[in-house]
Amino acid sequence: MAAAAGPGPEELILLEKLLGLKKGNKYGALEERKIPVLQTNNGPSLTGLTTIATHLVKQAKKEQLLGSTAEEKAIVQQWLEYRVTQIAGHSNEEDIRIILKDLNLYLEDKVYLARNNLTLADILMYYGLHHIIAELTVQEKEKYLNVSRWFNHIQHYPGIRQHLSNIVFMKNRLYTNPH
Amino acid sequence: MRLYLSEGSTQGLKVLAAAGASGARVRLERVPPDGHVVPFLTHPRVPALHLDSGTVLFSPNAICQYFFLLAGEEPNDLTNQWLEWEATELQPAVSTALYCHLVQGKKGGEVLGAIRKTLTYIDQSLTSKATPYLAGEAESVADIVLWATLFPVLRDESCLPDELQALRSWFQTMNLSEPCRSAAVSVLTPKGAQAFKVYLQKQPGPTLHWEKPAANEPEEEELAERSLSEEEIAAAAEAWARGPATLPERWQPPSPVLPVEGRRNVLITSALPYVNNVPHLGNIIGCVLSADVFARYCRLRNWNTLYVCGTDEYGTATETKALEEGLTPQQICDKYNAIHVQIYRWFDISFDYFGRTTTTHQTTIAQDIFQRLLACNMLLTDTVDQLRCERCQRFLADRFVEGTCPFCNYEEARGDQCDKCGKLINAVELKKPQCKVCKDSPVVKSSQHLFLNLPQLEERLEKWLEQSWATGNWTANSRFITRSWIRDGLKPRCITRDLKWGTPVPLDGFRDKVFYVWFDAPIGYLSITANYTDQWERWWKNPQQVQLYNFMAKDNVPFHSVIFPCTLLGAEDNYTLVNHLVATEYLNYEDGKFSKSRGVGVFGDMAQDTGIPADIWRFYLLFLRPEGQDSAFSWTDLMLKNNSELLNNLGNFVNRAGMFVCKFFGGRVPPMELGADDKRLLAHVTLELRQYNQLLEKIRIRDALRCILSISRYGNQYIQVNEPWKRIKGHDADRTRAGTVTGVAVNIAALISVMLQPYMPGISATIQRQLCVPQACNVLTDTFLCLLPPGHQIGTVTPLFQKLENEQIEALRKQFGGGQPEDSTLELQVQAARVASADVTPPGPGGGAVLAGDPQKVKELAEEVSKQADHVRQLKASKAEKGQIDGEVAKLLELKKQLALAEGKTPELPAPKGKRK
Repeated sequence: MAAAAGPGPEELILLEKLLGLKKGNKYGALEERKIPVLQTNNGPSLTGLTTIATHLVKQAKKEQLLGSTAEEKAIVQQWLEYRVTQIAGHSNEEDIRIILKDLNLYLEDKVYLARNNLTLADILMYYGLHHIIAELTVQEKEKYLNVSRWFNHIQHYPGIRQHLSNIVFMKNRLYTNPH
Repeated sequence: MRLYLSEGSTQGLKVLAAAGASGARVRLERVPPDGHVVPFLTHPRVPALHLDSGTVLFSPNAICQYFFLLAGEEPNDLTNQWLEWEATELQPAVSTALYCHLVQGKKGGEVLGAIRKTLTYIDQSLTSKATPYLAGEAESVADIVLWATLFPVLRDESCLPDELQALRSWFQTMNLSEPCRSAAVSVLTPKGAQAFKVYLQKQPGPTLHWEKPAANEPEEEELAERSLSEEEIAAAAEAWARGPATLPERWQPPSPVLPVEGRRNVLITSALPYVNNVPHLGNIIGCVLSADVFARYCRLRNWNTLYVCGTDEYGTATETKALEEGLTPQQICDKYNAIHVQIYRWFDISFDYFGRTTTTHQTTIAQDIFQRLLACNMLLTDTVDQLRCERCQRFLADRFVEGTCPFCNYEEARGDQCDKCGKLINAVELKKPQCKVCKDSPVVKSSQHLFLNLPQLEERLEKWLEQSWATGNWTANSRFITRSWIRDGLKPRCITRDLKWGTPVPLDGFRDKVFYVWFDAPIGYLSITANYTDQWERWWKNPQQVQLYNFMAKDNVPFHSVIFPCTLLGAEDNYTLVNHLVATEYLNYEDGKFSKSRGVGVFGDMAQDTGIPADIWRFYLLFLRPEGQDSAFSWTDLMLKNNSELLNNLGNFVNRAGMFVCKFFGGRVPPMELGADDKRLLAHVTLELRQYNQLLEKIRIRDALRCILSISRYGNQYIQVNEPWKRIKGHDADRTRAGTVTGVAVNIAALISVMLQPYMPGISATIQRQLCVPQACNVLTDTFLCLLPPGHQIGTVTPLFQKLENEQIEALRKQFGGGQPEDSTLELQVQAARVASADVTPPGPGGGAVLAGDPQKVKELAEEVSKQADHVRQLKASKAEKGQIDGEVAKLLELKKQLALAEGKTPELPAPKGKRK
């Protein structure tokens, strides 16, 4: 099985590929928490996962991934922040439970995190959640049905998953009881 | 848009200042700090911004950003970087500092110490860029956000050390700016920083303080529990206490089983499998297995139950098969009957009798029914145009001819029925008919035949159906199919055929003909019973005492609901007619159909070669029984169900319950002192048991299986919550509790062993052997009794299930065909292939590569491919270097290419997954 996307640099390398950018960016990592740093050829370096990711999206001229309207941009921004503040390495079981529960409720009537389009928020959230979702039991996947649906959708989006393992979701519901 | 704020929220300052700086027009709503204004978040988040579109923003930075966006200020790399840094670095540090100061009452240096590093970082950034603001010459969202976060700790620049000159100057400027000042005034006065204290005290401590929040929310993991009434709980506890003595005596099937007056007499048939083929999983779940579960269940309910089945052996298909295999029809029947018997034995199908239709009883009974129909004037004679193959010198009935379906244009329709649209066909109506044996085009010739006068029987049929539907359990699809048949109007139906292999027609002028297989086959139920007991008429001519259940797949419905009942009604001999017609939908294989000819799917005889035990097959097939809609067999799903439901849920529970008895109580069930929680559990289990009974009485087999799994989930939860393995080491009260929990759990396991018996008879027996459950307990009622009383000695407990591994399942999937799994290695292979293609000469035709079709070479290559594939897997598993893996993958691909060529196929590389260009 492929290793989960690590925090920081590896995730950005996945994103680079997805965006079709040429390799050549060099990433460093700051401190033990591995905050990614991008050394650009001209100008100062950039620090931080979502900052660099946003920069890469602009570099690839795929601004639509950041949202089109002010509102969408704010939503994308919000989930990117959520991604780096809530789903960063140190999450304990209780945190994870709350994250999944909240996301599940949020995604109840949504296809993507921000309105009706795939955005950077979906991509980074997918990479960030991959190791968590991979650990879920069948029952949990079913309990967080909307997260599962969203996750399965994103992992089948062309080019996103790359070498990350495909996580299997079941088509038939296991339990008749409502959760 | 409305901005929700609460008093003392540190983040409120940020959004207020940003609103002021950007000129955003918001309506302020004050809510308490724990106000729940973001519907989808568990923890309250204030501030929050409700947009008119309904969108709710809960992140203060995103709200600030949004205000600036409205004012036309787009974020850039620098502002983004500051905002991210603020969210991930500065905020936690400031929270810690404030917490030290306000809640823990620390002062000055200690407080500043917590944020010293972050302050230095800001100062250095400002110094190195030599700009007045964080992101350049002008004030931006970053300045507002950082200022607002720092303000509660710093208040004014005076507390900043002199060496942070740039920071001091920036902070002073911000403090003086109008939006910041007014935001500060509105949030802080008059109590100063103390305003934040109340708010902070209500928040979980910042990152330094890792204690769990005191008020844990109720666990939502629990099963969705139906609320129980006090009466239900009391009744369950009372029933439990009565113990096994109150169980009704277990029914021992006599030999032969015969109907008994005053008892519930259940006659169960499964559609007779056609002898000329090996049944696939879909056939098995559709008929024999479903009927078996129900038969076993009926026996557990002490109902007087007879389950019969057998192979359907007459007809054109047998003759065709005999021609194919160069055997006589009888030899074919003998051969395949043995295969069927063996397969069903392996699947542990509990027939009381499994017979066949080529018996003298069949001839006697079929001819008797025929004579009665004749005497009752229910038969018509007519001339039939039939297809005749001049080369083969025979009439091409039914399956001897194939052609294009006149209804749906399916090209491989048979002479009697189209497999695609399911409609019945008159062979002469086929377009482009072909003799199945010699492929010649047949000609139309006339022949005299006998017809069952269905129109004359229609009224009686409808009257009977009305009554049967009102009182019996007919599945929705069986009612629907029957209704559509009757709606179309019944026509006389031919019951004779120009064939040799069948029951001879005992009437002058027709003696060279046999009965049509669909007239003949259902009579097999009667004749098979007659081979079981000479008192067969007590079952089949006894509608007053017998309840008849027919199990089948939906394509068999019209023969059981219309034609056969009409035959029996017309013969007027008080026959037992079907009361409950149970038809399944279709089971598909992976994403397509089972196909013997294409070698796709699992067939009965192969299931045992997979190494997966029969009970696991039974469980999985029953778990996805196509009840109400089609379902699909999937290898991955099989693995998941085995590993999650059987291994982790059911097996885990039963094993733990037994192990605790052995380990902690010397193998004897401990005394139990039931408390309120235990009684609630008994009531929940009782509810599931009743649900299980209700569902099975309605023959909702798949749904009833869920009840068993729910009970074991209750059991697992019960053990998990009560932790007997810890309590056993505690004081007397704890040890008593451990005993109660263990005793209740092992009794639930015993109940499960009984309920599981219809589904997994082998596993049920194993549990009963391990727990020494007395045979007398194998009776099902609506109550959950304490079957294993204190002091009951149990045996050796061992795990019930084995984990199925991915590799094993992938190998089986390949072996049995089906869709290419979406495998994570696929893309790697593609990449590697691109790299490799430069230095690998494609072994095209004539390129010195292997000779196509050489079986020896194919075998060798296949072995090499599998060896290399293993090698690659190992490398990947051991996380070898990418370069090395790529090299080996390239070798693997090259081998696969050669193999494809050797097999005479065009080697195909999987198409690269579309990257977004």
